[in-house]
Amino acid sequence: MPLCKNLKKVLVIGSGPIVIGQAAEFDYAGTQACIALKEESIEVVLINNNPATIMTDESIADKVYIEPLNVSTVEKIIKKERPDGIIGTLGGQTGLNLTVELHEQNILQKYGVALLGTSVESIKKGEDREKFRSLMLEIGEPIPESSIITSYEEGVQFVQNIGYPVIIRPAYTLGGDGGGFAHNDDELEMILKKGLAASPIHQVLVERSIKGWKEIEYEVMRDANDTCIIVCNMENMDPVGVHTGDSIVVAPSQTLTDVQYQMLRNSSIKVIRELGIIGGCNIQFALNPASNQYYIIEVNPRVSRSSALASKATGYPIARMAAKCAIGYHLDEIMNPITGNTFASFEPAIDYIVVKLPRFPFDKFPEADRTLGTQMKATGEVMAIDRTFEGALNKAIRSLEMNIYGLTSSSMKSMENEDLFKRLENANDQRLFVIAEAIKQGISLEKIQQLTQIDPWFLHKISSIVELEQELASYYWSEISVELLKRAKHINISDKLMSQIFGVSEKQIRNKWKELNWKPGFKMVDTCSAEFDAVTPYYYSTWMGFDEVEITNDKKILVIGSGPIRIGQGVEFDYCSVHAAKALKKKGYEAVVINNNPETVSTDYSVADRLYFEPLAVEDVLNVIEKEQVEGVLIQFGGQTAINIARALEEEGVKILGTTVKDVDLLEDRKEFYQLLENLSIPHIEGETVTHSEQLIKAASSLGYPVLVRPSYVIGGQSMFTLYSEEELIQYLKQLEAKDQMWPLLVDRYMPGVECEIDVISDGQNIIVPGIFEHIERAGVHSGDSISIFPSITLSTEIKETLIEYAEKIAKSLPIVGMMNIQFVVFHDQVYVLEVNPRSSRTVPIMSKVTGIPMIEWAVNVQLGDSLHYLHQDSGLLKEPAYYSVKGPVFSSTKLKGVDHVLGPEMKSTGEVLGMGTTLQEALDKIIISTEDDEHSGETYVLCSISDREKAESLPIIQKLAKNDVKIAATKGTALFLQENGIHVDKVVKNVQHVNELFRTNKMWAAINIPSQGRNKEKFGFHIREEATRYNVKTFTHLDTIKTILNLNYQPLTHDEVRTVSEFYKLEKRGAKIC
Amino acid sequence: MEQGYLTLETGEVFEGILIGADKDSLGEVVFNTSMTGYQEIITDPSYAGQIITFCYPIIGNYGVNANDDECISPSLSGVVIGDLCEAPSHFQSINKFSEKLKQAGVPGIAGVDTRLLVKTIRSRGTVKGVLSKKTAEKEVFSVPEKASLWVEYVSTKKVLTYKNSGPHVVLMDFGFKKSILNALLQENCYVTIVPFNTTFEKIKALSPDGVLLSNGPGDPIVLAHLFPEIKKISQYYPTLGICLGHQLIALAYGAKTTKLAYGHRGANHPVKEILTGKVRITSQNHGYVVVDESIDKSQFEITYRNVNDQSIEGLQHIHYPIQTVQFHPEAHPGPSDTAHVITEFVSQITSLGEKQYAFM
Repeated sequence: MPLCKNLKKVLVIGSGPIVIGQAAEFDYAGTQACIALKEESIEVVLINNNPATIMTDESIADKVYIEPLNVSTVEKIIKKERPDGIIGTLGGQTGLNLTVELHEQNILQKYGVALLGTSVESIKKGEDREKFRSLMLEIGEPIPESSIITSYEEGVQFVQNIGYPVIIRPAYTLGGDGGGFAHNDDELEMILKKGLAASPIHQVLVERSIKGWKEIEYEVMRDANDTCIIVCNMENMDPVGVHTGDSIVVAPSQTLTDVQYQMLRNSSIKVIRELGIIGGCNIQFALNPASNQYYIIEVNPRVSRSSALASKATGYPIARMAAKCAIGYHLDEIMNPITGNTFASFEPAIDYIVVKLPRFPFDKFPEADRTLGTQMKATGEVMAIDRTFEGALNKAIRSLEMNIYGLTSSSMKSMENEDLFKRLENANDQRLFVIAEAIKQGISLEKIQQLTQIDPWFLHKISSIVELEQELASYYWSEISVELLKRAKHINISDKLMSQIFGVSEKQIRNKWKELNWKPGFKMVDTCSAEFDAVTPYYYSTWMGFDEVEITNDKKILVIGSGPIRIGQGVEFDYCSVHAAKALKKKGYEAVVINNNPETVSTDYSVADRLYFEPLAVEDVLNVIEKEQVEGVLIQFGGQTAINIARALEEEGVKILGTTVKDVDLLEDRKEFYQLLENLSIPHIEGETVTHSEQLIKAASSLGYPVLVRPSYVIGGQSMFTLYSEEELIQYLKQLEAKDQMWPLLVDRYMPGVECEIDVISDGQNIIVPGIFEHIERAGVHSGDSISIFPSITLSTEIKETLIEYAEKIAKSLPIVGMMNIQFVVFHDQVYVLEVNPRSSRTVPIMSKVTGIPMIEWAVNVQLGDSLHYLHQDSGLLKEPAYYSVKGPVFSSTKLKGVDHVLGPEMKSTGEVLGMGTTLQEALDKIIISTEDDEHSGETYVLCSISDREKAESLPIIQKLAKNDVKIAATKGTALFLQENGIHVDKVVKNVQHVNELFRTNKMWAAINIPSQGRNKEKFGFHIREEATRYNVKTFTHLDTIKTILNLNYQPLTHDEVRTVSEFYKLEKRGAKIC
Repeated sequence: MEQGYLTLETGEVFEGILIGADKDSLGEVVFNTSMTGYQEIITDPSYAGQIITFCYPIIGNYGVNANDDECISPSLSGVVIGDLCEAPSHFQSINKFSEKLKQAGVPGIAGVDTRLLVKTIRSRGTVKGVLSKKTAEKEVFSVPEKASLWVEYVSTKKVLTYKNSGPHVVLMDFGFKKSILNALLQENCYVTIVPFNTTFEKIKALSPDGVLLSNGPGDPIVLAHLFPEIKKISQYYPTLGICLGHQLIALAYGAKTTKLAYGHRGANHPVKEILTGKVRITSQNHGYVVVDESIDKSQFEITYRNVNDQSIEGLQHIHYPIQTVQFHPEAHPGPSDTAHVITEFVSQITSLGEKQYAFM
């Protein structure tokens, strides 16, 4: 059946802010879907409050609502837009849940909106544990036996029926805390009792344990005519027990016979048919390594992270096809866009292997529990393609940007056997390297297999890499044989690793390849193993094959992408990369994009003219540059990734566009940077670089407390602190002593002023600043974690002028060509420059979106030689709009046990939401309700625990709360202080038990917990914050945040209107009132 | 580890490491896109005389097991692969891939950029190649093939019987895959396997309920002398033709076949069932195809078409209970989406019984 003709307008639901487990893959899916619908002349209405996404561009959807993702808002939009249909299976779990709610509240029916694609009935069959279970039993598909258990006796009874081993998962604990495996009666008694106690509702799930079985995933598609296909299957190297998002994954499966492959394929098709899914579906299996027995462990009746990976791994665009199926098409009516001459109703055959590695945030959170289990902890992932597993793994390792280039180069050296065994058995993020170390130490693969339960196929492959790395290390560079080098390059051993092994420069190594006339071949991702001609320029490199890629004679520019999503470098840099590619195309260049993140829009083959799926290491980028003969390279759009390799590229004679590498380096070097500011008479924060304790103490006292101290090279995250007194400084030094290599330290005077930031487009002569973001929390909180408001609310015209003047001075003096981000602190009416980033920043997508200024396009154009005058009539600070935009950070606190999400100088949030409103209240309200639907009422508690330093300042806030019928609970010191000041304290919590009791038995509105330092597990406050997270209670760790929120919550708002982004732009012209 | 070469008759030379049997070998170089099922592929008699290139670059991962062979002695001429896995891992594995080749007397070459080879085959069309220790000279290609009639080479010489309680199917062996037999046995069929050139009279003497013409190697036209018998058999018994069997039946009724530029070999070929519009993914292995225009539409109805190139994938006779498919409903390797072709054939002959004679 072709397109449903009665569909003129369709509402698409996005996935909202990025949190662990729901990341950029939904921007990719949503963007594809919107494009697929627009191609059919369907008007696309989109709702998503994640401003860093491509999908929320008005070029992707026709009408973009950056509004809270809740039922009432969606209903308002439906009422206003009256769409014919809605698609809810492309916005992750958020979109799915919202769709089900809209259906259940009869809102879809009320407005005659057809739910396109998979029905609610089908979604529920896949999502509801009991429904799914009975359906699987009905069709005879095996699922592990499980039961919800609320008493010890009940649990014992159940286990007697199903037998050992079992897994016990307590309900509502952080990251599955308090659960475990039981193999016998003794273990059951211990773990079941512990688990029941750990669960706040005294409930656990007891399930047959299939830990150690192979974990296999299938990506399935089905159309309304019941045609079913498998897009891809994938095998997790980490067996069942580690979340697939945290596992090392290969595609296609490697250790399954055809009989097994087909057995699981048949099961997948049976399940998708029975569920009645229209579109994409992900099915996860556990397969017994010693038999053909399998269980279905999970079904996701929607596109997912795995479907994004499968799309990038095969070239088959699942979300696009799912959208086409949702509006009526059958798969055999849709062209395969990769080949352009075959149809979507086939199963991709690939002739390479794909390796996915997760990217974990533990470099930023050294205090976190790094154990891997059923709770996903990775923030992002990388994918690498090669013709061998070894090659793909080596490429993936260097794609992680963890400064690791091989298996044996990491810091596992000289680990004791016992420690090794423990770490082999209990997976954490470093297990791959632990395995390598174990192999190096001569531990047998059998032993490693026994401990890790990883299939020997993978262990043999890893072992062969380790052996080769060791073989290399046994030679001097001058004596090494060509044959050995060839073997090394065949499995894609990094040049950088060789330079480390041999102590020679990477340049020398590259010269050797030139001498030998060796270079990698580039091959095409074509969905069909070269069976048909393919038209889509989507490539990967290999040292195991000939170069089949023909280059064009057009002018080409390379955009370096931003790699895996991690704390501090998220989807916003993908937004910048995508827009840079688009701008290049518009200017008549061929846009060549290199990136390795399978979740993103930038690695969609339709974005670039030529896409290279490659690591962003110098060697790989250079190979692409040499291959494509690009005229120049854009480094300002891929976050810090591209900046980090700019110098090395320039040294190889590559032309870097925009601001020179020399100036970029100058801005990154603190001493030179301060010198520059001084030359330009721009005030900066006073600071010194110190190399020993006495010097630090002296410097601190001469600068005056509080001071901000950090190592000049930040290795772990837990090292930047604001210190208020010499005692604190000495304490900090004591902690530092435990670590090595922390000197030199940077010590700055800390000024608790208003922080604000601007993004500047500069051609070296003139600048354009679309707006100023003011942060709610004063300086000292990382800009990524503070609530930011545009236009600014407290800055005077003079201050604004000063900001712009400083920006102009910096831009002209270097000059900056392209983009920079400047962060300021305004303290006692004096403007100080905090830092300058000579690249696009996290706020660029937001500022672009809320002002409609194509910032990236202009920044690209000036780097290609345009003057700003030619691009826009105005310069300097542009006119402020008549509406407010507020960005709020979103933390993945429930996912990361052990991480203290206290606001501070280190960034901890994973995503952001945007609220837009005609008043500041409205905009703020939208970012608050977007995460919290219910209002607080009288009978609720707020727990206060305020550090001595902040007690005085907190008083008016708590007074206000107390007046509003909120019951006050407080820790001992705080309670005393409040009582002294005439505030009634309903409960005093003196110890951990009190805290647990309070959270368990009372309705909590919030915890206001202002720590003296934070990130110290030993402290009581840490426990309070963790409990609050566990009970999903809002936690405020900064008084500025709570102040702003309180102002908001006590003034009821009536903003019934929902507006598209464009409608906000128009408000300005009509001259709406500002509050 | 010995260096060796695959030399194509068109002049291209691919260097690699020789594996498997220690001998030179000549054959038509073809490629298969399946990502799993190398054991089934190298034991499929339809590949007799051919050198198979595996598109998937890593071969041997799960070793070779005791269950998945499609015939007793492989008859292919050679294999070309990328990365050979010599440390297989699977609970059923009893052998390494390279050892299996050696024992079967099949030479191979590893370490080849098989994608480049596939692209070469695609641009050259049908191409012969030689596996050898030294690059081959042009004259080698003028040597006649080992067998002029590959079907004769792979077909059984004697009648084999598998007793069972269900309907009696004569399986005419043009190089049948064991999975076809297994599928019939699974349906409780009593199966008699007969040589490819068994006459109508001999089959009649077996008094079967139905006849299945199997898959097999080579150009169907070389079996032209059998067409009259095949026609007679199919007019007399409910008949199912698979792959070569499908081509032979079409030819027997006057249709023509032609050689595809580079064949369909893989486990991902979409075919559309004309009646329902449903697309099913099939396992395929054929170099020849029935010519669309040559089909007498008054006799045959097209039941399946390939979604990609629209070629004929299945026929059904309008009067006789004859059903033919170009793809492999028995799977192994590949999907079993079309398993119903065999089960329906069996249930058809079960219900038809002896009523068949009415047509004569």
